[in-house]
Amino acid sequence: MKLATLVLQDGTVIEGQAFGAETDAVFELVFNTSMTGYQEILTDPSYRGQGVLFTVSHIGNVGINLEDDESAKPQVSAAVIRSLSPVVSNWRSALSLSDWLTQHGVPGISGVDTRWLTRKLRDGGTQKAALSTKGTSPEKLLAMARDWAGLDGRDMVKEVTCEESYRWVDDEGSKWVKPVTSDQLSVVSRQWSVVAYDFGIKENILRHLSSYGANVTVVPADTTADEVLAMKPDGVFLSNGPGDPAGLPYAVEAVSGLIESGVPMFGICLGHQLIGRALGADTHRLKFGHHGGNHPVQYLPNGEVLITAQNHNYCVTEGDLNKDEVEITYKSLNDDSLEGLRMKNKPVFSVQFHPESAPGPHDAHDIFGEFFKMIGGK
Amino acid sequence: MKRTDIHTILVPGSGAIVIGQAAEFDYSGTQAVKALKAEGYRVVLVNSNPATIMTDPEIADATYIEPLTVEALEAIIAQEKPDAMLPTVGGQTGLNLALALSENGVLEKYGVQLIGANLSAIKAAEDRLLFRETMQKVGIPIPHGGAAYSFAEAEEIIKQTGYPVLVRASFAMGGTGASWVYEPAQLQEAVRSAISESPIGQAWLEESVLGWKEYELEVMRDKADNFVVVCSIENLDPMGVHTGDSITVAPAQTLTDREYQILRDLAHRVLTAVGVETGGSNVQFGVDPKTGRVVVIEMNPRVSRSSALASKATGFPIAKLAALVAVGYTLDEITNDITGQTKAAFEPSLDYVVVKIPRWAFEKFPRRGFDSRPANEIRRRVDGIGTHLPRSLEQSDSIPRNRCGRTRRLWP
Repeated sequence: MKLATLVLQDGTVIEGQAFGAETDAVFELVFNTSMTGYQEILTDPSYRGQGVLFTVSHIGNVGINLEDDESAKPQVSAAVIRSLSPVVSNWRSALSLSDWLTQHGVPGISGVDTRWLTRKLRDGGTQKAALSTKGTSPEKLLAMARDWAGLDGRDMVKEVTCEESYRWVDDEGSKWVKPVTSDQLSVVSRQWSVVAYDFGIKENILRHLSSYGANVTVVPADTTADEVLAMKPDGVFLSNGPGDPAGLPYAVEAVSGLIESGVPMFGICLGHQLIGRALGADTHRLKFGHHGGNHPVQYLPNGEVLITAQNHNYCVTEGDLNKDEVEITYKSLNDDSLEGLRMKNKPVFSVQFHPESAPGPHDAHDIFGEFFKMIGGK
Repeated sequence: MKRTDIHTILVPGSGAIVIGQAAEFDYSGTQAVKALKAEGYRVVLVNSNPATIMTDPEIADATYIEPLTVEALEAIIAQEKPDAMLPTVGGQTGLNLALALSENGVLEKYGVQLIGANLSAIKAAEDRLLFRETMQKVGIPIPHGGAAYSFAEAEEIIKQTGYPVLVRASFAMGGTGASWVYEPAQLQEAVRSAISESPIGQAWLEESVLGWKEYELEVMRDKADNFVVVCSIENLDPMGVHTGDSITVAPAQTLTDREYQILRDLAHRVLTAVGVETGGSNVQFGVDPKTGRVVVIEMNPRVSRSSALASKATGFPIAKLAALVAVGYTLDEITNDITGQTKAAFEPSLDYVVVKIPRWAFEKFPRRGFDSRPANEIRRRVDGIGTHLPRSLEQSDSIPRNRCGRTRRLWP
């Protein structure tokens, strides 16, 4: 058994058992309250630059299932957990979590009092941290954490976006997303073409767009509005992604141009924040963010409650939005923060939570259908 | 919003504490009665068992210690003239009484509405044949099987299911009269026993899902169709051992998110298909460990023994909320008791593991043999709560005999 050391920027030193790769990592530490789906979380590009503290007791129980990836590899900088399962128990499992993290150079620490640490982050806010699984001293780790620039104002998207545009082709995971037929939604009788911005897109979003029969072209984050409009899409999708939306002026500019053009547009998470910024609103950092699969949101027009998957540190500042132009559609039932908006005079809407789930409840799946209804009704 | 058209609510308790129907219902019933009373309703409680908390004088507005029979209930209804009856917090006894009082016209005669579960939902969930038909109609996966009123009918069903086959009595509590049949020679006795144990003389035969992984979801729904999973439970003992006799673990440990969400979606569809408009329900699943095939085993449109575990495990007061949604509240209108700030429309997330271990008091039944069967045999139980599974198991196992039935918590 090897030791691992985790040091927070406030000087807290936590020792535990090492798993995964033998290396050092520096990151922003956030906690996630999902009880299932650690693999989807670890492969979610939105976690780039972050280490994830899992609040659930056991991680690794179901191993790694190749169909469940949200991107090609683990994206997190580190995994911080209570207890690593010594056995893998699932019929689909292909390898163990620890072996997979080792292959991809990601370190982990187990045996941590995750409840205590979560409370610390919840009460004191998100912290920078450094983890070593190769014996680096706590003093050096503390210096690494403190010297690291952090994520605020930084462009993390360029690390995870695709290099060139490509056509999405259904993969092994697509069989878990049921196709939507024209009997269920008449507008999908046509094959629409959708351009999806990749700010660090989760594959389950692409699987869902594709499940409506759409032709989906994925484009890099720095694609301009003119370039997208030249492709004559029926609709434009703005993906989730890592880091601070304030670090992406080029993307905000493209989104402004696309809103202006009148093309139907739908954004999730970072995409939602970019729409907010393009509409003149600021984005602010939440104290400890929303990360988990149990976040209730209320659809304001009819009061319906959806249990949603969420993963965001930043939030669109509601007071900055012009209420003549924008309708607030969703709010968090936990802290009343802004979770969704719709423009009144343009075919544009967005949600802060993740309707594609993966991991998380499927309550909000139909929001993809709203996008296609909007495209069909333009 | 809260209903103002009803004023007096009749709540049947669960009666005697017997093997197969345990003291958990006193806990849930008391919680529900207190919640209704706090909302200003007049609560009339009936229970045959005076040795319960719920029959303490300060709990309900009027308490009747009477046998839980149709005749006694009818007399009480005539006397108290309740506007509504909440049958979902008194275990199977409560549902059976509601069913009987509906069918003999007493509820209609005195204008008593069923709240929490209506007659068709109770029937669809409790009658195995009707439940299967209901599931099949909407394409929810179930094991192969069928109902038999005679040995000849049973033999027909065997052609489909093969051996081993589960034979049990319809409408019986705690799996009474249930057994596994491995070969034709055992069939006749098993069917005869099941038919005689069943109040409607019906035996139920079902495809073997022995050895499959067993899961339960405790769920809650309100009239606006807001739906939450309160807790997922995984049985350490596989299918074939009654849940009451199994070591059970919350939350479920060996499902990927994709698999867990299939169960969650199915549970919502099962509630819709059965017609449970409001309240807590328990949906049981079997999952083939080799292929991942999922089947719905059964559902209870009421507070069950697993809800007591789920309630303790999560702090989510299932019986209280079941009572509040039954009188018209929606989950987003009810404050979350744990946080005191947020709403009850949420799904608890656990950072610990809860284990329930059964304990068989063999020393009190010296001549009784024991084998783990689909009928409930448990005498007592122990709950352990710990930061991870080995700790919870160790803790449950270490509780001395004379302290069984208690919950212990131990932090790091």
